[in-house]
Amino acid sequence: MQATIHITKLRLLPVAMLLLVGSAAVRAEFGDIVLNNVSEQQGMRPVIFQHWFHRIRFQCRVCHNELKFEMRVGATQVTMDQISQGRFCGACHNGEIAWTVENCDLCHTGKPGLTTKIQGGHETKGPGIW
Amino acid sequence: MRGSTIMWFARDINRIRRVFAGAGIALLTVMFGVHLAYAGKWLPLNKDGLHDRRSPGLELLQSPEAALGSLPTDTAGNKVDWSRAMDERLIKPRAALAGDKTVQVLDLNIIMSDTAGHPNVLFPHKVHTQWLDCANCHESLFKSKTGATPVSMGSILRGEHCGVCHGAVAFPLTECRRCHTLPHDS
Repeated sequence: MQATIHITKLRLLPVAMLLLVGSAAVRAEFGDIVLNNVSEQQGMRPVIFQHWFHRIRFQCRVCHNELKFEMRVGATQVTMDQISQGRFCGACHNGEIAWTVENCDLCHTGKPGLTTKIQGGHETKGPGIW
Repeated sequence: MRGSTIMWFARDINRIRRVFAGAGIALLTVMFGVHLAYAGKWLPLNKDGLHDRRSPGLELLQSPEAALGSLPTDTAGNKVDWSRAMDERLIKPRAALAGDKTVQVLDLNIIMSDTAGHPNVLFPHKVHTQWLDCANCHESLFKSKTGATPVSMGSILRGEHCGVCHGAVAFPLTECRRCHTLPHDS
């Protein structure tokens, strides 16, 4: 009987392990993007682009139509030369709308070794799935 | 001899079980605490697993909590109801880089009924065109002609069609009933 109870408790362990993995893994905000096509090759940290920050200020159409960012991570090859010429990020990051390209450390904030991809969870904690 | 070995083994296995069960419960409590501490909150940038804590610019960046904490809440994604935030003008995202662009909002619902027994999908153009231009979806992701694009949950889960945004930046694919809203007999 006692052993049965203990075995029942042990069955909770995988659930607990899952909880821990969920808590300890990358907990980037939904829609966060790592851009590292060229950053680290050029000796800079990867760029972390945060959708939540930008969508408060601009509708999707501004970057994904007006500025011609593809809606696929890494599909648009962005270089510092283009940004300096006012293309892509440089359309805003020019000292008029947002900070200038001299502020390298404000965009290149990622951990070394991250690969170009979209981050953030696909999980939900709400009643939408019930 | 053999009997006593079995007895010893049985006693010992019970002890091992007790120890494991005790350790398991302790671990569970700690994990649950960690989970509670982070659940429903936005992590600071230096704890999100992406930002390098040594990055000198980090402390100058806005934290998710500062930006999102006052917006209408949701249970998935960024835990922000973005559409409501815009409708209530709590955020006023610009429609163009410069000037006042008149946004072309289309109030047209599309019903998708080939849903294998699941409730039909009601696609509202309105909320989508409040954020996006027609050209973002048409004609590359979706043909303008209703039903001309073969959309499936398979393609969506692979990140095509609706899955280009949903599951990436728009509410995730766990939220089945936000799209599958219409009973078949309605």
